[in-house]
Amino acid sequence: MAAPATPLAPTARGVRNVAFVEGVRTPFGKAGDKGMYAGTRADDLVVNAIRELLRRHPELPPERVDEVAIAATTQTGDQGLTIGRTAALLAGLPKSVPGFAIDRMCAGAMTAVTTAASGIGFGAYDIAIAGGVEHMGRHPMGEGVDPNPRIIADKLVDPTALVMGQTAENLHDRFPAITKQRTDAYAARSQERYAEAVKTGKIGPELVPVATRSAELGWGLATEDEPPRPGTTVEQLANLKTPFRPFGRITAGNAAGLNDGATASILADEETARELGLPVAMRLVGYSFAGVEPEVMGIGPVPATEKLFKRTGLSIDDIGLFEINEAFAVQVLAFLDHFGIDDEDPRVNQWGGAIACGHPLASSGVRLMTQLARQFAERPDVRYGMTTMCIGIGMGGTVIWENPAFEGAK
Amino acid sequence: MTFTAEAAKAAFPDEVVTHAKTRLIKVPGLTKKVALITLDNGHDHTRPNTFGPQGLVSLNAALDEAFAAEPAAIAVTGKPFIFAVGADLSGVEAVSDPELAREIAQTGHDVFRRLTESSIPTFGFVNGAVMGGGLELALSCHYRTLSENTAAIAFPEVFLGLFPGWGGTQLLPNLIGADAAVTVIIENALAQNKMLTVKQTAELGIVDAVFGSADYLEQSLLWLARVVNGEIKPERREIDRGSAWDAAIARAKSIVDGRTHGASPGATKAVELLELARENDLDRGYAAETDGLAELLMSDVLRAGLYSFNLVNKRAKRPAGAPDKSLARKVNKVGIVGAGLMASQLALLFVRRLKVPVVLTDVDQERVDKGVGSVHAEIDKLLAKKRLSPDAANRLKALVTGSLDKAAFSDADFVIEAVFEELGVKQQVFAELEQHVKPEAILATNTSSLSITAMASKLQHPERVVGFHFFNPVAVLPLLEIVRGEQTDDASLATAFSVGKQLKKSSVLVKDASAFVVNRLLLRFLGEVLVTVDEGTPFDVADKALEPLGLPMTPLTLMQLVGPAIALHVGETLHESFPDRFTVSENLAKFVKAGKKGVWIWDARGNASADPEVVELWTQGDRPSTSEQVRDRALSAIAEEIRIMLDEGVVAEAQDIDLCLILGAGWPFWNGGITPYLDRSGVSERVNGKPFLAPGVASVPAS
Repeated sequence: MAAPATPLAPTARGVRNVAFVEGVRTPFGKAGDKGMYAGTRADDLVVNAIRELLRRHPELPPERVDEVAIAATTQTGDQGLTIGRTAALLAGLPKSVPGFAIDRMCAGAMTAVTTAASGIGFGAYDIAIAGGVEHMGRHPMGEGVDPNPRIIADKLVDPTALVMGQTAENLHDRFPAITKQRTDAYAARSQERYAEAVKTGKIGPELVPVATRSAELGWGLATEDEPPRPGTTVEQLANLKTPFRPFGRITAGNAAGLNDGATASILADEETARELGLPVAMRLVGYSFAGVEPEVMGIGPVPATEKLFKRTGLSIDDIGLFEINEAFAVQVLAFLDHFGIDDEDPRVNQWGGAIACGHPLASSGVRLMTQLARQFAERPDVRYGMTTMCIGIGMGGTVIWENPAFEGAK
Repeated sequence: MTFTAEAAKAAFPDEVVTHAKTRLIKVPGLTKKVALITLDNGHDHTRPNTFGPQGLVSLNAALDEAFAAEPAAIAVTGKPFIFAVGADLSGVEAVSDPELAREIAQTGHDVFRRLTESSIPTFGFVNGAVMGGGLELALSCHYRTLSENTAAIAFPEVFLGLFPGWGGTQLLPNLIGADAAVTVIIENALAQNKMLTVKQTAELGIVDAVFGSADYLEQSLLWLARVVNGEIKPERREIDRGSAWDAAIARAKSIVDGRTHGASPGATKAVELLELARENDLDRGYAAETDGLAELLMSDVLRAGLYSFNLVNKRAKRPAGAPDKSLARKVNKVGIVGAGLMASQLALLFVRRLKVPVVLTDVDQERVDKGVGSVHAEIDKLLAKKRLSPDAANRLKALVTGSLDKAAFSDADFVIEAVFEELGVKQQVFAELEQHVKPEAILATNTSSLSITAMASKLQHPERVVGFHFFNPVAVLPLLEIVRGEQTDDASLATAFSVGKQLKKSSVLVKDASAFVVNRLLLRFLGEVLVTVDEGTPFDVADKALEPLGLPMTPLTLMQLVGPAIALHVGETLHESFPDRFTVSENLAKFVKAGKKGVWIWDARGNASADPEVVELWTQGDRPSTSEQVRDRALSAIAEEIRIMLDEGVVAEAQDIDLCLILGAGWPFWNGGITPYLDRSGVSERVNGKPFLAPGVASVPAS
């Protein structure tokens, strides 16, 4: 059985429809010795998320899970040992359930979803668990890396490409219209929208409490995100240091921080989901990854999205909701400018984004999907939504989803 | 609460303090915060949380902080894998002041009781090992959850000669019923400190909920919120305080009588307190616990129990006099000479623990096949009981083979003989083995009485011979007497200790002296009892004379179990070595010759009487002794023998004698083996002019 060749019409998807059943995540923490997860293992974070999914869906017999795909950028220590498999075992899934580890830096969990979803669409799996984890406190970005000297010698990429903050400064150079004022204003709005979403209970139901341990304080319980700084003003942001360049534009305030956290989701063949009584929160329409110059990795979502529009026949006007990862405000604005979307457009990151809640690299993709799925439930007037993110070493990834609750445009 | 922080520190300056830390946390579903108290002594799970005076003070302060915050609930939990395993025993050993003993008893009650009498709901989150005072702390809370991977759950107090004295005897029967409480506090404790499984703990109703270890604390806190909100109401069973309570107490008494014959005051007191708990009056119950504890803590009997605990848990792990373990050679193949019952038992033990090839040899193919077959059959039994997986059973069976040709031992690293107990036979076996084995291969003997030095004397490499004396049944009894011959070298001895450890035995180094430790003492003891019978003491008077010691069985029953022929043989060997002290009863010789197996016969109702044929053949004198006289003579004999053994250097210290008797003969833990009893009862002083142990070692230290 082979799917029809491109181009696909929006309604003509692969052999089988892939459903996003539900996603959950741990509260995100600040990386480092003082962070709430300083004494918590990375694998325990993702195991908590997987167990929560199984608890929420007693209608899913655990032995029906055909694959566990877990992403981590730094696959060593408590993020090593083929974490998809070990997390499955630690979560108490039957030994017959396989698992694998996957890495596409910031888009790890997104790739876990697209890869597992492809297997479902193709007919290799009925049910899969996909997610990601990054404990940047235990595994700082760049831990143990050994870049090939030819990368510099052969001028394959600019030396700034491996430092994400510098790639963001480079993006400002490319798009002079994106000023620091605009990024700071965007960042303050992200904090504000996030705080409002927490207050109104939009963010919260997807969180899994995690026991934390500190030698001095004893056990605790993480129930909410640690990174947000509610009440942040543009004025405050204006005065922050620019660590990547003297008189630069990137600050700790208009970028996501260094964070710890994990996500997990259940994906299912839609028919299997209906057979088992699993809810279908989103239907996968298509996905695309694209490469860009690594030194301006933040532009990645633009070509990834253009490519996906070509493949699906959809256009920017078809997308009713956007969840775009906020690694840097500049990178979000570059995307919005490209597609002619206003900085304050309510369709984009309506519950705030990673600038507020944090970005534990390989886990973030499923956070975007989890939020989009919850927004779909509230918005039967929206048919298509998009999750998109930029990816280190110069890539972008975009996934378009269809809202099964769509009742027709209002 | 009577302790101040300073007084607590002064009471026990070396305490490894388990600190209690209160943290106010948000829990989904609750508006008010929860006060979560973590118990943590700052060490990893190999040094579990315990309670000493400072730990109790810390918990009390943590409770002050918790109550002051007026939380939705108060919960207590432990550090990873450990909740708390009870009172700090090394602290108890140091107590020499009766007032301090009372204060410790009282303080535990006062602090724990705050959780019981709290108007704020209290929860014990038992996240790992929970014993004694730790379990009492959990029981003091209103509700309890348990982590599914908890490895140790018990009230070991009665096993140690104590009783659960921080509320255990009062709270447990009123939670789960008197009969179940008797099982936990009395029966399990006196069955070599048997632990409860998680399943049993839940079924008995000791805990309200069990959660998986992966997110135990998270789920416990969410469960707490539902209990506080009234969504879950944990069930409490109805307690029958009438006839069921009577029956439970009667059962407790019969277990205690059967196991201790009233010789362990801790066990007796536990029964008394369980009876008192029927009233469910914590004031009276706790006061009685405190009184009992204050008295018991200052008794030498209890100190003997703690002494045993240290012997088994510390001394047995670092055998006195064993050479540096780095000298040990690897053992990758084992040979066993003989394929009889003992050889088969040894083969099974070696293959299960070492998982290396084990070759049995014997004089003919039929015996070899039978020996290998019986090991394979035992492995199949383990498979049927699911103690082994099919793969593991296949692996072990493939490792056990038989051969008629001792050339099969050419690549063995360790060969043990289990042939007939006769020096000439054993010498011949070793001489033959030396034709085949590597020069450094260990030659071990499971002799129970013969000289290792004599056995090695004719070999080219006598330095590789060691005694490796197991106790029957080999799979069960934990003691291994490792005997050093005159020429045994350090590397061989180190290898023997390393093998002993891999076999999960507690090894004691013994000098090459007739019958080593356990058999020598048991035979001296039995011999003295038989002498009194020969003199005219009735069998039952002689045999029951030692009941107050709480031994696992009477001397004559022991003889029956070991086999009179073996007892006679070992007795004869000892007589040759020490004719003055070890007599060979002519009656016993007649008895063996007549093919008798035992003195006692039991009727259908289980009543014992002396076999009339035995009475007939036993020629008795006309000088009967009273049971006191028999006991006195037997104890004097044993005190004398131990002193001689120590003077001869058979073992390093009296502690090793006690360790051997506890682990090899099953002598009661709470009695400290035997030397604390001999010291305490004045026998040592009378017979030898001095005690075996310095004051404080197994007795209350001078204040």
